[in-house]
Amino acid sequence: MALQSLDIKARSATTTPSPSARETMEVAKLIDISKCIGCKACQVACMEWNDLRDEVGTNVGVYDNPPNLSAQSWTVMRYSEVEVEANKLEWLIRKDGCMHCADPGCLKACPAPGAIVQYSNGIVDFHQENCIGCGYCITGCPFDIPRISKKDSKAYKCTLCSDRVAVGMEPACVKTCPTGAIVFGTKDDMIHHAEGRITDLKSRGYANAGLYDPQGVGGTHVMYVLQHADKPELFSGLPKNPSISAMVGLWKGITKPLTSFALGMLAVGTLFHYVMKGPNEVSKDIEKEFENES
Amino acid sequence: MNRNPNDIVRYTAYERANHWAVGMSFILLALSGLAFFHPAFYPLSLLLGGAVWARILHPFIGVLMALLFIMMFFRFWKLNIITQVDKEWLSRVKEMVDGDDHNMPESGKYNGGQKIMFWLAAVCMVLLLVSGIVIWRAYFSGLFPIGLIRFSSLLHAAVAAFMIALIIVHIYAAIWTRGTIRAMLYGTVSRAWAKQHHPAWFRQITGGGK
Ligand code: HEM
Ligand code: SF4
Repeated sequence: MALQSLDIKARSATTTPSPSARETMEVAKLIDISKCIGCKACQVACMEWNDLRDEVGTNVGVYDNPPNLSAQSWTVMRYSEVEVEANKLEWLIRKDGCMHCADPGCLKACPAPGAIVQYSNGIVDFHQENCIGCGYCITGCPFDIPRISKKDSKAYKCTLCSDRVAVGMEPACVKTCPTGAIVFGTKDDMIHHAEGRITDLKSRGYANAGLYDPQGVGGTHVMYVLQHADKPELFSGLPKNPSISAMVGLWKGITKPLTSFALGMLAVGTLFHYVMKGPNEVSKDIEKEFENES
Repeated sequence: MNRNPNDIVRYTAYERANHWAVGMSFILLALSGLAFFHPAFYPLSLLLGGAVWARILHPFIGVLMALLFIMMFFRFWKLNIITQVDKEWLSRVKEMVDGDDHNMPESGKYNGGQKIMFWLAAVCMVLLLVSGIVIWRAYFSGLFPIGLIRFSSLLHAAVAAFMIALIIVHIYAAIWTRGTIRAMLYGTVSRAWAKQHHPAWFRQITGGGK
Protein backbone atom coordinates (compact mmCIF):
# COMPACT_ATOMS: atom_id res chain seq x y z
CA MET A 1 0.00 0.00 0.00
CA ALA A 2 1.25 3.43 -0.78
CA LEU A 3 1.36 6.17 1.80
CA GLN A 4 -2.18 7.53 1.82
CA SER A 5 -2.11 9.63 4.93
CA LEU A 6 0.41 11.10 7.30
CA ASP A 7 -1.01 9.79 10.55
CA ILE A 8 1.91 7.51 11.35
CA LYS A 9 2.88 6.26 14.78
CA ALA A 10 5.95 4.21 13.93
CA ARG A 11 8.10 3.61 10.90
CA SER A 12 10.63 0.80 10.46
CA ALA A 13 14.37 1.59 10.66
CA THR A 14 13.74 5.23 11.50
CA THR A 15 15.29 6.97 14.48
CA THR A 16 13.55 10.33 14.18
CA PRO A 17 9.83 11.03 14.83
CA SER A 18 7.38 9.95 12.15
CA PRO A 19 4.87 12.39 10.62
CA SER A 20 2.27 12.21 13.33
CA ALA A 21 0.52 15.57 13.61
CA ARG A 22 -2.80 13.94 12.73
CA GLU A 23 -4.28 11.58 15.26
CA THR A 24 -6.91 9.04 14.34
CA MET A 25 -8.95 6.78 16.54
CA GLU A 26 -7.55 3.39 17.37
CA VAL A 27 -9.50 0.78 15.43
CA ALA A 28 -9.87 -2.97 15.81
CA LYS A 29 -11.38 -5.95 14.09
CA LEU A 30 -13.11 -8.45 16.34
CA ILE A 31 -13.46 -12.04 15.14
CA ASP A 32 -16.01 -14.02 17.10
CA ILE A 33 -14.98 -17.61 16.58
CA SER A 34 -18.17 -18.90 18.19
CA LYS A 35 -20.17 -17.32 15.37
CA CYS A 36 -17.95 -18.42 12.48
CA ILE A 37 -19.37 -21.14 10.21
CA GLY A 38 -16.20 -21.53 8.12
CA CYS A 39 -17.79 -20.48 4.83
CA LYS A 40 -14.62 -18.61 3.70
CA ALA A 41 -16.60 -15.67 2.33
CA CYS A 42 -14.04 -13.43 4.05
CA GLN A 43 -11.20 -15.25 2.30
CA VAL A 44 -12.86 -14.61 -1.03
CA ALA A 45 -13.67 -10.99 -0.20
CA CYS A 46 -10.03 -10.44 0.68
CA MET A 47 -8.93 -11.82 -2.70
CA GLU A 48 -11.51 -9.71 -4.50
CA TRP A 49 -10.78 -6.41 -2.84
CA ASN A 50 -7.00 -6.81 -2.98
CA ASP A 51 -6.90 -8.38 -6.48
CA LEU A 52 -5.16 -11.52 -5.25
CA ARG A 53 -5.29 -14.93 -6.94
CA ASP A 54 -3.36 -17.74 -5.30
CA GLU A 55 -2.40 -20.77 -7.33
CA VAL A 56 -5.08 -23.42 -7.35
CA GLY A 57 -3.58 -26.09 -5.11
CA THR A 58 -4.61 -29.60 -4.18
CA ASN A 59 -6.89 -30.79 -1.44
CA VAL A 60 -4.76 -31.72 1.56
CA GLY A 61 -7.47 -33.82 3.18
CA VAL A 62 -8.97 -31.13 5.42
CA TYR A 63 -10.98 -28.00 4.81
CA ASP A 64 -7.92 -25.74 5.05
CA ASN A 65 -7.52 -24.43 1.53
CA PRO A 66 -5.14 -22.93 0.67
CA PRO A 67 -3.38 -24.74 3.50
CA ASN A 68 -1.29 -21.75 4.54
CA LEU A 69 -0.89 -18.03 4.20
CA SER A 70 1.05 -16.83 1.16
CA ALA A 71 1.90 -13.62 -0.66
CA GLN A 72 -1.43 -14.13 -2.49
CA SER A 73 -3.46 -15.33 0.50
CA TRP A 74 -3.45 -12.78 3.28
CA THR A 75 -6.06 -14.59 5.33
CA VAL A 76 -6.88 -18.29 5.59
CA MET A 77 -9.39 -20.26 7.64
CA ARG A 78 -7.87 -22.88 9.91
CA TYR A 79 -10.07 -25.76 11.00
CA SER A 80 -9.43 -27.93 14.03
CA GLU A 81 -11.53 -30.72 15.46
CA VAL A 82 -11.10 -31.03 19.22
CA GLU A 83 -12.72 -32.72 22.15
CA VAL A 84 -12.33 -30.34 25.05
CA GLU A 85 -14.79 -32.45 27.01
CA ALA A 86 -14.87 -36.17 26.29
CA ASN A 87 -17.36 -37.14 23.58
CA LYS A 88 -18.19 -33.53 22.77
CA LEU A 89 -16.67 -32.77 19.40
CA GLU A 90 -16.04 -29.11 18.66
CA TRP A 91 -15.09 -27.66 15.30
CA LEU A 92 -13.01 -24.59 16.01
CA ILE A 93 -12.51 -22.44 12.95
CA ARG A 94 -10.07 -19.57 13.15
CA LYS A 95 -9.58 -16.87 10.55
CA ASP A 96 -5.79 -16.48 10.54
CA GLY A 97 -3.95 -13.37 9.40
CA CYS A 98 -2.02 -10.39 10.68
CA MET A 99 -2.95 -9.39 14.23
CA HIS A 100 -1.84 -5.77 13.80
CA CYS A 101 0.10 -5.79 17.05
CA ALA A 102 0.48 -2.59 19.06
CA ASP A 103 4.14 -3.61 19.45
CA PRO A 104 4.84 -5.22 16.06
CA GLY A 105 7.81 -7.58 15.86
CA CYS A 106 7.89 -7.24 12.06
CA LEU A 107 8.37 -3.47 12.26
CA LYS A 108 11.01 -3.83 14.94
CA ALA A 109 13.02 -6.29 12.86
CA CYS A 110 12.74 -4.50 9.50
CA PRO A 111 16.03 -2.86 8.35
CA ALA A 112 14.48 -0.82 5.49
CA PRO A 113 13.33 2.70 6.42
CA GLY A 114 9.59 3.04 5.89
CA ALA A 115 8.99 -0.46 4.54
CA ILE A 116 6.71 -1.12 7.51
CA VAL A 117 4.60 1.58 9.11
CA GLN A 118 2.10 1.64 11.93
CA TYR A 119 -0.65 4.21 11.51
CA SER A 120 -1.95 6.04 14.53
CA ASN A 121 -5.16 4.04 14.13
CA GLY A 122 -3.13 0.91 14.95
CA ILE A 123 -2.96 -0.67 11.49
CA VAL A 124 0.44 -2.16 10.62
CA ASP A 125 1.07 -1.83 6.89
CA PHE A 126 3.84 -2.99 4.58
CA HIS A 127 4.97 -0.47 1.96
CA GLN A 128 6.36 -2.74 -0.70
CA GLU A 129 8.07 0.07 -2.60
CA ASN A 130 10.54 0.32 0.30
CA CYS A 131 10.80 -3.43 0.95
CA ILE A 132 14.19 -5.01 0.18
CA GLY A 133 13.05 -8.62 0.54
CA CYS A 134 15.36 -9.70 3.38
CA GLY A 135 12.60 -11.52 5.30
CA TYR A 136 13.51 -10.00 8.69
CA CYS A 137 9.77 -9.31 9.26
CA ILE A 138 9.20 -13.08 9.26
CA THR A 139 11.98 -13.46 11.82
CA GLY A 140 10.39 -10.79 14.02
CA CYS A 141 6.71 -11.76 13.84
CA PRO A 142 5.42 -13.82 16.81
CA PHE A 143 2.47 -15.08 14.71
CA ASP A 144 4.27 -16.31 11.56
CA ILE A 145 2.32 -13.99 9.27
CA PRO A 146 4.42 -12.18 6.62
CA ARG A 147 5.25 -13.99 3.37
CA ILE A 148 7.79 -13.09 0.70
CA SER A 149 6.40 -13.24 -2.82
CA LYS A 150 8.17 -15.62 -5.20
CA LYS A 151 7.34 -13.22 -8.01
CA ASP A 152 8.81 -9.95 -6.76
CA SER A 153 10.64 -10.87 -3.50
CA LYS A 154 8.59 -8.36 -1.51
CA ALA A 155 6.82 -9.09 1.79
CA TYR A 156 3.02 -9.15 1.92
CA LYS A 157 0.33 -9.62 4.55
CA CYS A 158 -3.12 -8.41 5.58
CA THR A 159 -3.37 -4.61 5.43
CA LEU A 160 -6.56 -4.55 7.52
CA CYS A 161 -7.79 -2.87 4.33
CA SER A 162 -5.94 0.29 5.31
CA ASP A 163 -7.08 1.81 2.00
CA ARG A 164 -10.73 1.23 2.86
CA VAL A 165 -10.38 2.24 6.50
CA ALA A 166 -8.64 5.48 5.45
CA VAL A 167 -11.84 6.54 3.66
CA GLY A 168 -14.19 5.41 6.39
CA MET A 169 -15.13 1.93 5.21
CA GLU A 170 -14.78 -1.32 7.10
CA PRO A 171 -12.38 -4.06 5.86
CA ALA A 172 -13.66 -6.25 3.01
CA CYS A 173 -13.86 -9.38 5.18
CA VAL A 174 -16.01 -7.57 7.73
CA LYS A 175 -18.36 -6.32 5.04
CA THR A 176 -18.81 -9.81 3.63
CA CYS A 177 -19.22 -12.04 6.68
CA PRO A 178 -22.76 -13.45 6.48
CA THR A 179 -23.08 -14.33 10.19
CA GLY A 180 -21.70 -11.15 11.66
CA ALA A 181 -18.79 -13.05 13.17
CA ILE A 182 -16.40 -10.27 12.14
CA VAL A 183 -17.06 -6.75 13.34
CA PHE A 184 -15.03 -3.58 13.07
CA GLY A 185 -14.91 -0.29 14.94
CA THR A 186 -12.91 1.60 17.51
CA LYS A 187 -10.83 -0.62 19.75
CA ASP A 188 -12.83 0.46 22.82
CA ASP A 189 -16.13 -0.36 21.13
CA MET A 190 -14.85 -3.74 20.04
CA ILE A 191 -13.73 -4.63 23.56
CA HIS A 192 -17.15 -3.57 24.80
CA HIS A 193 -18.87 -5.62 22.10
CA ALA A 194 -16.73 -8.62 23.01
CA GLU A 195 -17.75 -8.36 26.66
CA GLY A 196 -21.39 -8.80 25.68
CA ARG A 197 -20.53 -11.85 23.58
CA ILE A 198 -18.48 -13.38 26.36
CA THR A 199 -21.28 -12.97 28.90
CA ASP A 200 -23.60 -14.68 26.45
CA LEU A 201 -21.18 -17.55 25.83
CA LYS A 202 -20.63 -18.05 29.55
CA SER A 203 -24.36 -18.31 30.09
CA ARG A 204 -24.41 -21.03 27.43
CA GLY A 205 -21.88 -23.18 29.26
CA TYR A 206 -18.58 -21.89 27.89
CA ALA A 207 -17.17 -21.04 31.29
CA ASN A 208 -13.77 -20.09 29.92
CA ALA A 209 -14.95 -17.89 27.08
CA GLY A 210 -12.86 -14.74 26.76
CA LEU A 211 -11.20 -12.08 24.67
CA TYR A 212 -7.86 -12.65 22.93
CA ASP A 213 -6.02 -9.32 22.99
CA PRO A 214 -2.53 -10.49 24.02
CA GLN A 215 -0.74 -7.93 26.18
CA GLY A 216 2.69 -9.42 25.43
CA VAL A 217 2.59 -7.55 22.12
CA GLY A 218 0.87 -4.52 23.67
CA GLY A 219 -2.56 -5.78 22.60
CA THR A 220 -3.64 -6.31 19.02
CA HIS A 221 -5.89 -4.57 16.53
CA VAL A 222 -7.34 -7.89 15.43
CA MET A 223 -8.91 -9.63 18.41
CA TYR A 224 -10.72 -12.92 18.86
CA VAL A 225 -13.61 -14.00 21.02
CA LEU A 226 -12.58 -17.54 22.00
CA GLN A 227 -14.89 -20.15 23.49
CA HIS A 228 -11.85 -21.48 25.37
CA ALA A 229 -9.74 -18.42 26.10
CA ASP A 230 -7.76 -20.41 28.67
CA LYS A 231 -6.46 -22.65 25.88
CA PRO A 232 -5.85 -20.55 22.76
CA GLU A 233 -3.57 -23.30 21.38
CA LEU A 234 -6.71 -25.33 20.64
CA PHE A 235 -7.48 -22.86 17.86
CA SER A 236 -4.92 -24.16 15.38
CA GLY A 237 -1.98 -23.18 17.53
CA LEU A 238 -2.85 -19.62 18.51
CA PRO A 239 0.03 -18.72 20.88
CA LYS A 240 -0.94 -18.36 24.53
CA ASN A 241 1.38 -15.53 25.56
CA PRO A 242 2.87 -14.16 22.36
CA SER A 243 5.57 -11.53 22.62
CA ILE A 244 8.51 -10.41 20.55
CA SER A 245 11.18 -13.06 21.09
CA ALA A 246 13.92 -12.08 23.54
CA MET A 247 16.40 -13.00 20.82
CA VAL A 248 14.85 -10.44 18.46
CA GLY A 249 14.79 -7.88 21.27
CA LEU A 250 18.49 -8.38 21.86
CA TRP A 251 19.24 -8.33 18.13
CA LYS A 252 17.33 -5.12 17.51
CA GLY A 253 17.62 -3.35 20.84
CA ILE A 254 19.96 -0.77 22.30
CA THR A 255 22.89 -3.09 21.51
CA LYS A 256 23.05 -1.90 17.91
CA PRO A 257 23.53 1.84 18.41
CA LEU A 258 25.99 1.02 21.20
CA THR A 259 27.95 -1.37 18.98
CA SER A 260 27.94 1.13 16.12
CA PHE A 261 29.27 3.79 18.46
CA ALA A 262 31.96 1.44 19.78
CA LEU A 263 33.13 0.61 16.22
CA GLY A 264 33.31 4.32 15.39
CA MET A 265 35.30 5.00 18.55
CA LEU A 266 37.68 2.16 17.74
CA ALA A 267 38.38 3.60 14.28
CA VAL A 268 38.91 7.08 15.70
CA GLY A 269 40.94 5.57 18.53
CA THR A 270 43.47 4.13 16.10
CA LEU A 271 44.06 7.61 14.68
CA PHE A 272 44.67 8.95 18.20
CA HIS A 273 46.99 6.06 18.92
CA TYR A 274 49.00 6.95 15.83
CA VAL A 275 49.37 10.61 16.68
CA MET A 276 50.00 10.02 20.37
CA LYS A 277 52.40 7.06 20.27
CA GLY A 278 53.92 7.65 16.85
CA PRO A 279 54.49 5.06 14.15
CA ASN A 280 56.22 1.78 14.89
CA GLU A 281 59.34 2.38 12.82
CA VAL A 282 62.56 0.45 12.41
CA SER A 283 65.10 1.68 14.99
CA LYS A 284 67.95 3.85 13.77
CA ASP A 285 70.55 1.24 14.86
CA ILE A 286 69.09 -1.49 12.71
CA GLU A 287 68.54 0.89 9.82
CA LYS A 288 72.23 1.91 9.89
CA GLU A 289 73.31 -1.72 9.81
CA PHE A 290 71.72 -2.15 6.43
CA GLU A 291 72.40 1.30 5.01
CA ASN A 292 75.39 0.56 2.79
CA GLU A 293 73.68 -2.47 1.27
CA SER A 294 70.76 -0.69 -0.36
CA MET B 1 59.44 -5.95 -10.66
CA ASN B 2 61.65 -6.12 -7.65
CA ARG B 3 64.68 -3.92 -8.21
CA ASN B 4 66.27 -4.30 -4.80
CA PRO B 5 67.92 -7.71 -4.48
CA ASN B 6 68.44 -7.18 -0.77
CA ASP B 7 64.73 -7.14 -0.02
CA ILE B 8 63.19 -10.21 1.50
CA VAL B 9 60.22 -11.93 -0.09
CA ARG B 10 57.41 -12.23 2.45
CA TYR B 11 54.45 -13.10 0.24
CA THR B 12 54.21 -14.75 -3.16
CA ALA B 13 52.04 -13.26 -5.86
CA TYR B 14 49.34 -15.90 -5.23
CA GLU B 15 49.32 -15.22 -1.53
CA ARG B 16 48.90 -11.50 -2.15
CA ALA B 17 46.15 -11.98 -4.72
CA ASN B 18 44.35 -14.35 -2.38
CA HIS B 19 44.62 -11.93 0.51
CA TRP B 20 43.30 -8.97 -1.52
CA ALA B 21 40.42 -10.96 -2.92
CA VAL B 22 39.38 -11.83 0.65
CA GLY B 23 39.99 -8.24 1.74
CA MET B 24 37.89 -6.69 -1.00
CA SER B 25 35.06 -9.15 -0.41
CA PHE B 26 35.21 -8.40 3.29
CA ILE B 27 34.92 -4.66 2.76
CA LEU B 28 31.93 -5.09 0.45
CA LEU B 29 30.34 -7.44 2.99
CA ALA B 30 30.98 -5.17 5.94
CA LEU B 31 29.61 -2.09 4.17
CA SER B 32 26.52 -3.82 2.79
CA GLY B 33 25.96 -5.70 6.06
CA LEU B 34 26.18 -2.53 8.13
CA ALA B 35 23.45 -1.06 5.92
CA PHE B 36 21.06 -3.67 7.38
CA PHE B 37 22.62 -3.42 10.82
CA HIS B 38 21.45 0.08 11.73
CA PRO B 39 19.56 2.79 9.82
CA ALA B 40 22.49 5.20 10.31
CA PHE B 41 24.43 3.02 7.85
CA TYR B 42 21.57 2.46 5.40
CA PRO B 43 23.04 4.82 2.75
CA LEU B 44 26.05 2.47 2.49
CA SER B 45 23.78 0.09 0.59
CA LEU B 46 24.11 2.49 -2.37
CA LEU B 47 27.65 1.19 -2.83
CA LEU B 48 26.24 -2.08 -4.12
CA GLY B 49 23.61 -0.40 -6.26
CA GLY B 50 20.84 0.16 -3.71
CA ALA B 51 19.44 -1.73 -0.76
CA VAL B 52 17.68 -4.42 -2.78
CA TRP B 53 20.87 -5.21 -4.69
CA ALA B 54 22.83 -5.14 -1.44
CA ARG B 55 20.38 -7.68 0.01
CA ILE B 56 20.69 -9.88 -3.07
CA LEU B 57 24.47 -9.67 -3.45
CA HIS B 58 25.68 -9.76 0.17
CA PRO B 59 25.22 -13.49 0.76
CA PHE B 60 26.74 -14.45 -2.61
CA ILE B 61 29.79 -12.31 -1.89
CA GLY B 62 29.86 -13.98 1.52
CA VAL B 63 30.05 -17.46 0.05
CA LEU B 64 32.75 -16.32 -2.38
CA MET B 65 34.76 -14.85 0.46
CA ALA B 66 34.38 -18.01 2.52
CA LEU B 67 35.82 -20.08 -0.35
CA LEU B 68 38.70 -17.65 -0.82
CA PHE B 69 39.33 -17.67 2.91
CA ILE B 70 39.50 -21.46 3.01
CA MET B 71 42.28 -21.31 0.40
CA MET B 72 44.10 -18.73 2.48
CA PHE B 73 43.55 -20.74 5.64
CA PHE B 74 45.29 -23.80 4.26
CA ARG B 75 48.14 -21.64 3.00
CA PHE B 76 48.84 -20.07 6.36
CA TRP B 77 47.56 -22.17 9.25
CA LYS B 78 50.84 -23.96 9.97
CA LEU B 79 52.65 -20.64 10.28
CA ASN B 80 50.10 -19.55 12.86
CA ILE B 81 50.44 -22.32 15.41
CA ILE B 82 50.80 -20.63 18.77
CA THR B 83 54.03 -21.35 20.65
CA GLN B 84 55.38 -20.55 24.10
CA VAL B 85 57.10 -17.44 22.70
CA ASP B 86 53.77 -16.19 21.34
CA LYS B 87 52.16 -16.61 24.72
CA GLU B 88 54.96 -14.58 26.26
CA TRP B 89 54.45 -11.96 23.52
CA LEU B 90 50.74 -11.82 24.21
CA SER B 91 51.26 -11.40 27.94
CA ARG B 92 53.29 -8.27 27.15
CA VAL B 93 50.98 -6.93 24.45
CA LYS B 94 50.21 -3.86 26.58
CA GLU B 95 53.83 -2.70 26.33
CA MET B 96 53.70 -3.15 22.58
CA VAL B 97 50.55 -1.07 22.22
CA ASP B 98 52.18 1.50 24.45
CA GLY B 99 54.91 1.83 21.82
CA ASP B 100 57.68 0.09 23.74
CA ASP B 101 58.89 -3.14 22.13
CA HIS B 102 62.22 -3.45 23.94
CA ASN B 103 61.13 -6.32 26.13
CA MET B 104 59.02 -8.09 23.52
CA PRO B 105 60.17 -11.66 22.88
CA GLU B 106 61.57 -12.29 19.42
CA SER B 107 58.81 -13.32 17.07
CA GLY B 108 59.02 -15.52 14.01
CA LYS B 109 57.22 -14.81 10.76
CA TYR B 110 54.17 -13.86 12.80
CA ASN B 111 53.95 -12.49 16.30
CA GLY B 112 51.46 -13.66 18.91
CA GLY B 113 49.02 -10.89 18.07
CA GLN B 114 48.98 -11.75 14.39
CA LYS B 115 48.38 -15.41 15.19
CA ILE B 116 45.48 -14.67 17.51
CA MET B 117 44.07 -12.46 14.76
CA PHE B 118 44.34 -15.35 12.31
CA TRP B 119 42.48 -17.84 14.50
CA LEU B 120 39.81 -15.37 15.56
CA ALA B 121 39.22 -14.47 11.92
CA ALA B 122 38.89 -18.16 11.05
CA VAL B 123 36.32 -18.75 13.81
CA CYS B 124 34.38 -15.61 12.78
CA MET B 125 34.34 -16.78 9.17
CA VAL B 126 32.82 -20.14 10.10
CA LEU B 127 30.19 -18.54 12.35
CA LEU B 128 29.30 -15.90 9.75
CA LEU B 129 29.01 -18.47 6.98
CA VAL B 130 26.82 -20.85 8.95
CA SER B 131 24.56 -18.16 10.45
CA GLY B 132 24.49 -16.31 7.12
CA ILE B 133 23.11 -19.36 5.35
CA VAL B 134 20.42 -19.84 8.00
CA ILE B 135 19.21 -16.23 7.55
CA TRP B 136 19.44 -16.36 3.74
CA ARG B 137 15.71 -16.03 3.20
CA ALA B 138 15.66 -16.42 -0.57
CA TYR B 139 17.02 -19.98 -0.56
CA PHE B 140 17.58 -21.45 2.87
CA SER B 141 15.62 -19.94 5.77
CA GLY B 142 12.57 -22.05 4.94
CA LEU B 143 14.57 -25.13 5.93
CA PHE B 144 15.16 -23.98 9.49
CA PRO B 145 12.93 -23.53 12.57
CA ILE B 146 12.13 -19.93 13.52
CA GLY B 147 14.06 -20.11 16.81
CA LEU B 148 17.24 -21.00 14.97
CA ILE B 149 16.70 -18.19 12.46
CA ARG B 150 16.28 -15.69 15.30
CA PHE B 151 19.40 -16.96 17.03
CA SER B 152 21.37 -16.87 13.78
CA SER B 153 20.28 -13.29 13.07
CA LEU B 154 21.59 -12.23 16.45
CA LEU B 155 24.77 -14.29 16.05
CA HIS B 156 25.47 -13.00 12.53
CA ALA B 157 25.10 -9.37 13.63
CA ALA B 158 27.23 -9.86 16.76
CA VAL B 159 30.02 -11.79 15.04
CA ALA B 160 30.03 -9.33 12.13
CA ALA B 161 30.46 -6.40 14.52
CA PHE B 162 33.25 -8.24 16.34
CA MET B 163 34.99 -9.10 13.10
CA ILE B 164 34.76 -5.53 11.79
CA ALA B 165 36.51 -4.43 15.02
CA LEU B 166 39.09 -7.17 14.49
CA ILE B 167 39.79 -6.02 10.94
CA ILE B 168 40.02 -2.36 11.98
CA VAL B 169 42.79 -3.43 14.37
CA HIS B 170 44.37 -5.61 11.65
CA ILE B 171 44.48 -2.73 9.14
CA TYR B 172 45.67 -0.25 11.71
CA ALA B 173 48.49 -2.55 12.84
CA ALA B 174 49.68 -2.73 9.24
CA ILE B 175 49.63 1.06 8.90
CA TRP B 176 51.19 1.67 12.30
CA THR B 177 54.11 -0.65 11.63
CA ARG B 178 55.78 1.31 8.86
CA GLY B 179 56.99 -0.69 5.89
CA THR B 180 54.36 -3.41 6.33
CA ILE B 181 51.79 -2.50 3.68
CA ARG B 182 54.34 -3.11 0.91
CA ALA B 183 54.58 -6.73 2.04
CA MET B 184 51.01 -7.23 0.89
CA LEU B 185 51.36 -4.90 -2.11
CA TYR B 186 54.66 -5.97 -3.67
CA GLY B 187 55.47 -9.02 -1.58
CA THR B 188 58.75 -7.77 -0.17
CA VAL B 189 60.00 -6.16 3.02
CA SER B 190 63.34 -4.55 3.77
CA ARG B 191 65.96 -6.50 5.71
CA ALA B 192 65.85 -3.87 8.43
CA TRP B 193 62.07 -4.28 8.77
CA ALA B 194 62.44 -8.03 9.12
CA LYS B 195 65.17 -7.79 11.72
CA GLN B 196 63.25 -5.18 13.72
CA HIS B 197 59.83 -6.76 13.77
CA HIS B 198 60.37 -10.46 13.17
CA PRO B 199 63.97 -11.21 14.26
CA ALA B 200 63.55 -14.98 14.59
CA TRP B 201 62.10 -15.16 11.07
CA PHE B 202 64.92 -12.91 9.80
CA ARG B 203 67.57 -15.22 11.24
CA GLN B 204 65.84 -18.27 9.89
CA ILE B 205 65.74 -17.07 6.27
CA THR B 206 69.12 -15.37 6.25
CA GLY B 207 70.79 -18.28 7.95
CA GLY B 208 71.75 -16.14 10.92
CA GLY B 209 73.23 -13.35 8.79
CA LYS B 210 72.73 -9.79 9.71
C1 HEM C 1 30.38 -15.78 5.12
C2 HEM C 1 29.34 -15.68 4.38
C3 HEM C 1 28.19 -14.72 4.64
C4 HEM C 1 26.88 -14.98 4.32
C5 HEM C 1 26.35 -16.24 3.62
C6 HEM C 1 26.11 -13.86 4.76
C7 HEM C 1 24.72 -13.75 4.62
C8 HEM C 1 23.96 -12.73 5.14
C9 HEM C 1 22.55 -12.60 4.94
C10 HEM C 1 21.67 -13.59 4.17
C11 HEM C 1 22.14 -11.47 5.59
C12 HEM C 1 20.74 -10.90 5.63
C13 HEM C 1 20.62 -9.82 4.58
C14 HEM C 1 20.52 -10.39 3.19
O1 HEM C 1 19.63 -11.22 2.94
O2 HEM C 1 21.35 -10.02 2.34
C15 HEM C 1 23.30 -10.88 6.20
C16 HEM C 1 23.30 -9.74 6.98
C17 HEM C 1 24.45 -9.17 7.51
N1 HEM C 1 25.75 -9.54 7.27
FE1 HEM C 1 26.32 -11.22 6.31
N2 HEM C 1 26.93 -12.92 5.34
C18 HEM C 1 28.22 -13.41 5.28
C19 HEM C 1 29.37 -12.75 5.72
C20 HEM C 1 29.40 -11.51 6.34
C21 HEM C 1 30.60 -10.77 6.71
C22 HEM C 1 32.02 -11.21 6.48
C23 HEM C 1 30.18 -9.61 7.28
C24 HEM C 1 30.99 -8.46 7.80
C25 HEM C 1 31.79 -8.51 8.76
C26 HEM C 1 28.74 -9.65 7.32
C27 HEM C 1 27.96 -8.67 7.91
C28 HEM C 1 26.60 -8.68 7.94
C29 HEM C 1 25.82 -7.74 8.69
C30 HEM C 1 26.35 -6.62 9.59
C31 HEM C 1 24.47 -8.05 8.43
C32 HEM C 1 23.26 -7.35 8.99
C33 HEM C 1 22.89 -8.03 10.28
C34 HEM C 1 21.69 -7.43 10.89
O3 HEM C 1 20.72 -7.19 10.18
O4 HEM C 1 21.70 -7.21 12.08
N3 HEM C 1 28.29 -10.81 6.72
N4 HEM C 1 24.41 -11.67 5.91
S1 SF4 D 1 1.05 -10.23 13.51
FE1 SF4 D 1 3.16 -10.28 12.69
S2 SF4 D 1 3.02 -9.18 10.73
FE2 SF4 D 1 1.13 -8.64 11.92
S3 SF4 D 1 1.71 -6.74 13.05
FE3 SF4 D 1 2.12 -8.46 14.45
S4 SF4 D 1 4.34 -8.86 14.04
FE4 SF4 D 1 3.62 -7.64 12.29
